[in-house]
Amino acid sequence: MTTYIIRRLIIGVIILLLVTMMVFLFVRLLPGDPLMVFMGNLRGSGQINTMGPEEHDRLMHEYGLDKPIYEQYIKWLGDVFQGHLGKSVGIGQDVGTLIAERLPRTAYIGLILFVITTFGGIFAGIYCALRRGSWIDNTITTIANIGMTVPTFWFGILLIYLFGYKLGWLPLFGWVNPFEDFWGNIRHIILPVASVALGGIAGMARLVRSCMLEVMRADYVRTAWAKGLRERVIVIRHQIKNAMIPVVTVLGGTVGAILGGSVFIETVFSIPGMGRLMTTAIFDYDYQIVQATALIFGGIVIFSNLIVDIAWGWLDPRIRYG
Amino acid sequence: MTSILDVENLKTYFKTEYGLVKAVDGVSFHINQGEIIGLVGESGCGKSVSILSVMQLIQKPGEIVDGKIIFDGQDLRKYRSNGPEMRAIRGSKMTMIFQEPMTSLNPVLTICRQVTESLELHLDMDRQAARERAIELLKMVGVPDAASRVDDYPHQFSGGMRQRVMIAMALSCNPMIIFADEPTTAVDVTTQAQLLELMKDLVTRLNTSLVIVTHNLGVVARYAQRIYVMYAGRIIESGLSEDIFGHPHHPYTIGLLHSVPRLGEKHGSRKLIPIDGMPPDLINMPPTCAFLPRCTYKVERCQKEPWPALRAVGDQHYISCYVDIREK
Amino acid sequence: MADKATVTPPSPDAIGVTAAPPRRSEWRRFARVYFGRRLYLIGFVIVVIIILTAIFAPLLAPYDPIQNDLRGKLQGPSGEHWLGTDQLGRDILSRIIYGTRISLEIGFAAVFSSAIIGALMGLAAAHFGGWVFTLIMRVTDALMALPGIILVLLIAGLGGRGIPVVIFALGFGGVAGMCRMMCGQALSVKQNDYVLAGRAIGMSNWRIMLTQIFPNAFPPLIVGLTMAIGGVVLGEAGLSFLGIGVPAPNPSWGGMVMDGQRYLLDNALLSLAPGVAIMLLVFGFNMVGDGVRDAIDPKLRGVL
Repeated sequence: MTTYIIRRLIIGVIILLLVTMMVFLFVRLLPGDPLMVFMGNLRGSGQINTMGPEEHDRLMHEYGLDKPIYEQYIKWLGDVFQGHLGKSVGIGQDVGTLIAERLPRTAYIGLILFVITTFGGIFAGIYCALRRGSWIDNTITTIANIGMTVPTFWFGILLIYLFGYKLGWLPLFGWVNPFEDFWGNIRHIILPVASVALGGIAGMARLVRSCMLEVMRADYVRTAWAKGLRERVIVIRHQIKNAMIPVVTVLGGTVGAILGGSVFIETVFSIPGMGRLMTTAIFDYDYQIVQATALIFGGIVIFSNLIVDIAWGWLDPRIRYG
Repeated sequence: MTSILDVENLKTYFKTEYGLVKAVDGVSFHINQGEIIGLVGESGCGKSVSILSVMQLIQKPGEIVDGKIIFDGQDLRKYRSNGPEMRAIRGSKMTMIFQEPMTSLNPVLTICRQVTESLELHLDMDRQAARERAIELLKMVGVPDAASRVDDYPHQFSGGMRQRVMIAMALSCNPMIIFADEPTTAVDVTTQAQLLELMKDLVTRLNTSLVIVTHNLGVVARYAQRIYVMYAGRIIESGLSEDIFGHPHHPYTIGLLHSVPRLGEKHGSRKLIPIDGMPPDLINMPPTCAFLPRCTYKVERCQKEPWPALRAVGDQHYISCYVDIREK
Repeated sequence: MADKATVTPPSPDAIGVTAAPPRRSEWRRFARVYFGRRLYLIGFVIVVIIILTAIFAPLLAPYDPIQNDLRGKLQGPSGEHWLGTDQLGRDILSRIIYGTRISLEIGFAAVFSSAIIGALMGLAAAHFGGWVFTLIMRVTDALMALPGIILVLLIAGLGGRGIPVVIFALGFGGVAGMCRMMCGQALSVKQNDYVLAGRAIGMSNWRIMLTQIFPNAFPPLIVGLTMAIGGVVLGEAGLSFLGIGVPAPNPSWGGMVMDGQRYLLDNALLSLAPGVAIMLLVFGFNMVGDGVRDAIDPKLRGVL
């Protein structure tokens, strides 16, 4: 098991390096000038009215953008290892500080979403599988089928319209620190969480249901019936653990989907988190922020996948001793 | 000898989207204490469904629609299939060994857990006692190094070893009947013989009845005392093993015996004759004998009259056929 | 002592069914399974209607989708404008109808390009194995380590603006998934005896790959592609919603949702109606994909 974990860890680090290289290449090879918005900002603030080619070259040199890509990458990587994520080109702030301020918000909402999605989906899926064909199963399955097609941002807007404007029950948007005003925070995150949770629970419930149905037909479950065990014991001891094996493997994907969803809900509900930070940075070609946020997002997903792999080994002895 | 299981006119049908499949259509048989019975037939003839019906393990869309199942003086059809009475019988007085040792054990539970499960449930043993008993059982079925291997997982066992574990599980609560559904089909030939010998020894020692369900005549020839031959959901011939093999009466049984080589037979001394045609489609069954299209002995009466009931042709020897054939 | 046979190899007859050239009875069976379920039928009807809408958009749309009419801006639903007008006075219904074209165009183009590149990568990985396999798998790992929408957002955002960039970004985003799927399919096909037979009669690697492995791994790929269209359309809508997708004044559903967000109190349909169009399209293609999968081979359930 230890060698297994170490192997997964090494692979994880390699993948993270590949991700950062990829993003590095995107920033430098895709059409679009890393200095474009920077120049625009200065122009807007009246500091520089015209930027000649020399000025452009000077800035390129100042930010090290005229060096070969691999040199830039190695320098960046070295900085990252020393804890420096760089300085924003557009807003001039330290990227590390920006992330330290925004990551907790995204992580907070993301964790809540993860718990709701996984447990909600697993319970709904198991229930539907055990009572398949009942009206509750049919209702949940239909909602799940529709829920998977609903765009997060659209659902968020619908919720704002209904609960914010029409009913006036909940605030329309914004962020409140949970340590300063816990209930205010809860009121502010209900709608964002709900708009991502719908699709998440839907997908999870569908998967769990089909895995359970698959397992219910398995030979070893028939063996369990032949032993005279009661249904409850068969479901808990023989079915759920086996059905969870494929479910656990997608949890890394769930984390990714939640992070992807954060981009939308942070935009719709004006929450100053990582997703919003990245979107605006991309919009502004603020490449230092883009690189750093991609590193964080990739790191979170890869770390989750590592945890998933370990959980998988714990659930499935064929992996553990394989 | 006393009969411990009496099945009368059992009918199990499956409602599929293609139509009603009469998998078992009026099957009667009985099993005496300590007897080894062979239930023989091609795949799809309803032999597995028959014993699953007795165990009440038929899943939707299948349903037992008629018949009597008297086991140990109790009418099992009065019990709900997952009710407490049936659960008390299943796994304790009546157990089963399945065909696929690879998939019939739960991959995520240790062997110990899977063997002790029945012991704790039916014999009220505590964990420790059950564990010791499990090790004993594994030793009995010939799992080497049982005391340490008991904590292994199924994937660490070979197919033959897993089937031994299945046998240990089946024996664990001293059952009256063990149903073995194609127990050796999925293992290689040498292991096959070992497993069959093992089962035979154990049931003889414990005075347990054993029903071997198989399509392999060679398997039953050696071990079974009585044989039931099934075709298209019915029993078409039954009798003592020596009668079935020595003097088969039903054209199907005759055909079956002609189509398999016998051990010790001189090469070329007898031609193997396959049975022509295909097993019937169980959905659109004619009222007449289902073997009729493939039968080489058919007479005019067969075309006109319905599938005949079983009739005696000797001591404990019954066939369902209008024709009288004597095979040497 | 531990044997490796714990994972059941794919049943040869399961793949045999899909591999055999479809006979008439096969098609009949396909149709019976497919149209036997109401949801699949509904999905099929939706997809047909959407495709027809895209083709006949100029005939169906009552107004020009781009022409501004500032005097008639932000109207509610009426007999003239069934869904009302937006902040520039454009008819919402007409914009939704024309938006079908953009969604399908981008959907098909992106899925098609990711399928070709992904399939080639997957085939190569499965066929050559060894370091090629490892390399390709690590690259797809890296691509998949970023949440799908974020990868697409990066490429579209840094690549400039315009429909071709959107197609490129969404296509790029789908490559890893396609590659994995094709690789998995090809690996399971590869275990079949007919591939071995091909090798036995001395066929070259490429020949085996193109004549034996690809055709047999293809049917499941079709199912995957159908389902991917829904995902790509959602992605396009997301990009346009964030303002990094289809540039104005093109009528893109995601962009319309974004534009309408500010005018929720004037006319909520401005934002909500295009979302319904997105959902219908995604639902339709998902159901068609599900149905085709069930009809080709129910055993693929869970694999795809």
